[in-house]
Amino acid sequence: MKRILAWLEARLSLRDTVGPMLMHPIPRGVAGPMGWWYVLGSASMTLLLIQVLSGIGLALVYVPTADHAYESLVYLNYQQPLGWFLRSLHYWSGSAMVCMVVVHMTQVFLHAAFKYPRELNWLTGVLLLFFTLGMAFTGQVLRWDADAYWGVGVGASMAGRVPGLGPYLVDLLLGGPLIGSDTLSRFFALHVFIIPGLLLTFLAAHLWLVLKRGISEPPVPGKIVDPRTYQEEYEKELKKDGVPFFGEALLKDALFSSLTVVVIVVLAAIAGPKGPGALPEPALLGANPKPDWPFWWLFALLSLSPPGAETFIILALPVVLIGALLLVPFVSNRGERAPSRRPVTVLSVIVIATVIAVLTYQGATEPWSPVMGAWSGDAVPESLIQASTPLQLQGALVFQNKQCRNCHALQGIGGRRGPDLTRVGIRLTRDQLIDQVSNGTPGGGNMPAYGKQIKPAEMSGLVDFLVSLRPPGQKPARPAAIAQP
Amino acid sequence: MSHSASQTPSPAQTNPGRRTFLQWLTYATGAVAAAVLAVPFAGYLLGALRKHRVQWVKLGPPSNFPLNETIAETFDNPLGQPWDGMAARTGVYVRNLGEDRFLVFAMNCAHLGCPVTWFPQSGLFLCPCHGGVYYENGQRASGPPTRGLFQCVWRIRNGQLEIQAPHLPTLQNTLDRPVRV
Repeated sequence: MKRILAWLEARLSLRDTVGPMLMHPIPRGVAGPMGWWYVLGSASMTLLLIQVLSGIGLALVYVPTADHAYESLVYLNYQQPLGWFLRSLHYWSGSAMVCMVVVHMTQVFLHAAFKYPRELNWLTGVLLLFFTLGMAFTGQVLRWDADAYWGVGVGASMAGRVPGLGPYLVDLLLGGPLIGSDTLSRFFALHVFIIPGLLLTFLAAHLWLVLKRGISEPPVPGKIVDPRTYQEEYEKELKKDGVPFFGEALLKDALFSSLTVVVIVVLAAIAGPKGPGALPEPALLGANPKPDWPFWWLFALLSLSPPGAETFIILALPVVLIGALLLVPFVSNRGERAPSRRPVTVLSVIVIATVIAVLTYQGATEPWSPVMGAWSGDAVPESLIQASTPLQLQGALVFQNKQCRNCHALQGIGGRRGPDLTRVGIRLTRDQLIDQVSNGTPGGGNMPAYGKQIKPAEMSGLVDFLVSLRPPGQKPARPAAIAQP
Repeated sequence: MSHSASQTPSPAQTNPGRRTFLQWLTYATGAVAAAVLAVPFAGYLLGALRKHRVQWVKLGPPSNFPLNETIAETFDNPLGQPWDGMAARTGVYVRNLGEDRFLVFAMNCAHLGCPVTWFPQSGLFLCPCHGGVYYENGQRASGPPTRGLFQCVWRIRNGQLEIQAPHLPTLQNTLDRPVRV
């Protein structure tokens, strides 16, 4: 055995190359309790490893053509032994990887590990974040269902707004004039070859930088990063007090990664795979496409932005966001590192996290989307029509039949694009209601003008019904009294 | 360097002209190699932009479409690949205005391309994504769209209503004008 190892070593020279990498000294603090902050990067890599393995497994069976992709997914779910588990694992581990990468980045941001001399660690890290999100988006397209189909359509429609180049970008994105096999093949190539290639390349660079610039020491309040002296002091500390990388610090990484794997495997086994959902057939109408959760915040931001600002947000926001992230280490690359001495950083993390959480929640519930089946599926609540006159009952029927309910809820049930009308009778007078229904929101807002779509008899019934929508004992709205002279 | 240079002259010193020439020849050959590889590859990638032949899809005789009603009509889009399967199954809305005049709408919302649904009771098209609404003539009624529904180019030939097979319509590449199809 020893002779074999010696024979190999004589040819590979690992003792001179890999040996020093494994045993290089790292700050003592990383081996202590603060070391738990340092396990997030390796856990992201562990999840990446699961993604590579499960992805290769899925590629053995998945068919990346528009006519059979959906079938092969159903086959994976129900026929291929453990196919459901591999699909589930790939989805949940991918989701966890997005989370882990974001948490890792937040930790680095809070501890200012991006400061001198680790600016490039941050820059490669930002690229890795975007490659990870790129994998999430292209992966969603490979789940070739209605969400995938229309998701690509929304993406292409956004690209189509780029001034001048739009139509060409759409064709390049779709691989032709339509969303079809050429589109799926291209997203397959992106998901399986192009983005993973970039991701692994930049991950190698990221690790190289961690190795060459050394792991940043846990921040201590009052200990200032000064580019003139930092390197010298860092090396001095390592010489005096460093611990080998391949040792106690790595044990924490190993334990945390193992726990992560166990949690993800159990989650995948319990929660099961995502989709495929509705068939990717564009002629089946009534689809309500929704991106996967990593993009809910963006979905909400776009849906809630005023139409006038939309093109600007679609085209400029990504540039601004990426630019801001890339600039972080250049805006601040010296000074304090401890979060307790950097209130602006802590505040930005709180604000950004809150904004993304609120937008994600809005994206999950999508109150801006009409509920297409509410008019026929959700009955008018009985309590609202118990005392109704025959005319008001006819009006309630008009309300349902004209799809008002798709955008207007009654007692919280129905669409939420327009206001809930359960108490509209105390807010608007008969004349105001007729005006609102006939002419819609002035200036082309949210409410369409029903003037031509509704007969006079229907209108009087509808308005009578709406006026009757009041809490018991409350009087209907009336025009403001004109002040007596 | 100093001790070796004094004993054996370096190649550059023996024949600087030849050395420089070979150096530049190597650069030039490298550039040519990169170009002959890159040009066809770029051409291949830009193949997605090639113009497509206009193809007409038969939707049936005009009498199939009741007067002043909006009908959802489906067909396999010939602009796609034979292996597109159900993704090629496209729909349009056809409205017969009488006297051989028609309105043919793509089902894609003019906002971000989601499929609109026709509600005959209220005479409106509703988009499920962000609530774009259109009137029966395709004009924008409310919501985020900046224009009306995209209209397909149609004709009546040999007693059949035909439309130009629609590509994915976007704001700068609509269906009204047969642009780049």
